[in-house]
Amino acid sequence: MRITQGTFSFLPDLTDAQITAQVEYCLRQGYAVSVEFTDDPHPRNTYWDMWGLPMFDLADAAGVMAEIKACRVAHPNTYVRVNAFDSTRGWETVRLSFLVQRPAHEPGFRLDRTEAEGRTIRYGVRSYAADRPPGARYSPDEGV
Amino acid sequence: MSAHTRTARANPLPKDPFTKVRDSKQRYRAGVLKYAQMGYWDADYEPKDTDILVLFRVTPQDGVDPIEAAAAVAGESSTATWTVVWTDRLTACDTYRAKAYRVDPVPGQAGQYFCWVAYDLDLFEEGSVANLTASIIGNCFGFKPLKACRLEDMRLPVAYVKTFRGPPTGIVVERERLDKFGRPLLGATVKPKLGLSGKNYGRVVYEALKGGLDFTKDDENINSQPFMHWRDRFLYCMEAVNHAIADSGEVKGHYLNVTAATMEDMYARAEFAREVGSVIIMVDLIIGWTAIQSISRWARENDMILHMHRAGHGTYTRQKNHGISFRVIAKWLRLAGVDHVHAGTAVGKLEGDPMIVQGYYNICREMKCPVDLPRGIFFEQDWAGLRRVMPVASGGIHAGQMHQLLDLFGDDVVLQFGGGTIGHPMGIQAGAIANRVALEAMVLARNEGRDIRAEGPDILGDAARWCQPLRAALDTWGEVTFEYTSTDTSDFVATAVAV
Repeated sequence: MRITQGTFSFLPDLTDAQITAQVEYCLRQGYAVSVEFTDDPHPRNTYWDMWGLPMFDLADAAGVMAEIKACRVAHPNTYVRVNAFDSTRGWETVRLSFLVQRPAHEPGFRLDRTEAEGRTIRYGVRSYAADRPPGARYSPDEGV
Repeated sequence: MSAHTRTARANPLPKDPFTKVRDSKQRYRAGVLKYAQMGYWDADYEPKDTDILVLFRVTPQDGVDPIEAAAAVAGESSTATWTVVWTDRLTACDTYRAKAYRVDPVPGQAGQYFCWVAYDLDLFEEGSVANLTASIIGNCFGFKPLKACRLEDMRLPVAYVKTFRGPPTGIVVERERLDKFGRPLLGATVKPKLGLSGKNYGRVVYEALKGGLDFTKDDENINSQPFMHWRDRFLYCMEAVNHAIADSGEVKGHYLNVTAATMEDMYARAEFAREVGSVIIMVDLIIGWTAIQSISRWARENDMILHMHRAGHGTYTRQKNHGISFRVIAKWLRLAGVDHVHAGTAVGKLEGDPMIVQGYYNICREMKCPVDLPRGIFFEQDWAGLRRVMPVASGGIHAGQMHQLLDLFGDDVVLQFGGGTIGHPMGIQAGAIANRVALEAMVLARNEGRDIRAEGPDILGDAARWCQPLRAALDTWGEVTFEYTSTDTSDFVATAVAV
């Protein structure tokens, strides 16, 4: 399957040129761009691993692209995303977030249903990949 | 005023009917005075930072002076009644009297006047929209000497705003909970409006969410009817929502309507919504201000996003001459505390001039609203940190308008395509895919710096080349527009604009 997290997931995977254009937009807005990665794509996994700090003082998209590429090399076959943070008063939050890498094979999620009182069901969403320990969740040879 | 009579007086009153009577003996002699003489008109009054300021659009009856009309509105919405009463003298009456301090003719509308009135903070109970509305609109709108009266805008002082909790969640926290940033959210109302059973209703929800929408919603009149009991709807909807979450890996939701006959029933429905794991509930405007504040408090205490459907507003917001402008309703809703509010589409099937609708959106979203007469904002409004409300555009919009919607409203909006998802020729999932692809392609292009207003159709066409559902959506609805002259436009642009 294809996890549709992030702002551009319904479009074909962005090329580096397209990613650069988005980063330039973020820098024009005055946002601080950061890179994160994870192998636990549960929709409520809020805290992905940080690839360095948010690049608060960077004015050039090329610097961000270098960090993205470095993260991809260091963590192939994991999810990598770009965040843009706005520290202006009243926002102080992420204003754009999109995936820039996915594992070659995304096994998806299982929906667990546990009967509770009456006809109520307690739902659990479990990632098949996370059944395995961290570091061994996505193999480049799997699936396809 | 022809309706007023005078008792014989030993000392004649000042000739100018608009001068406050300053001599106490004259002022409080039993009988009738003009409102402007009783202290409700004061051209020299300097509004205090702590005053609530209100702008009324008044159409006096023929022969009624506009200043006297303004003073009457001020009087009848504060302390006055139609005759002098000695009991005024048991109070610090000068403080409690509202003061009309300015009257301007409305440009281009003969017989209509903007009347500016100031109210002391002590007139109001802290943290109560019910009290605010009872005070301002509870009485003077039925006053015979006025042909018509519209509550046009209201300035809420920081001192007053700070007595309210405001939106339970707000745009920032909502996005953080959903983990969705940088684009409008997408929704759809389940259609047909009425008649589906719980199981069939859930099917529509599942298809739309799986296809790619973020939210689906109950319609305003879906409560608990013979064809579908509310508990069955809640159970089937959450099955659909969770199934779609697992299929996509994204957080999704369905606004469960908890509107009911009594507050007790509303709490019972809201509790069940929490029990079945919903992230969001909805209510209709017609539940009233007291219920809205109650359910808002509940929503904050239960980590629930609160969606407000503005059901019924059109009965009093559409006509420029009489009623309440929706911008005032939006202000009251932000105070009372809702997270979403339907605020207009401009290009869809329901009333809304584009500039005026943008004004509503600014009221919802901004931390400080400057005066903006073309957008109908008459007062600077500082929201004193009150959380931002997410406006919702819903009603007759389709994927072919995505560039207009994004250009008009930006990212912080929920775009709801009910018919525009469910009516897709290839099915509901395809309808959702079409909307999501159109939206993401448009956001991508806008961020790249393209002029989406001009190039929108090309951007959609390019995406449609690789997205068959979008191609079909554009072929089905591409030509549909709703071009009518708006009934409620700004007085500060040249002419009403057909959209």
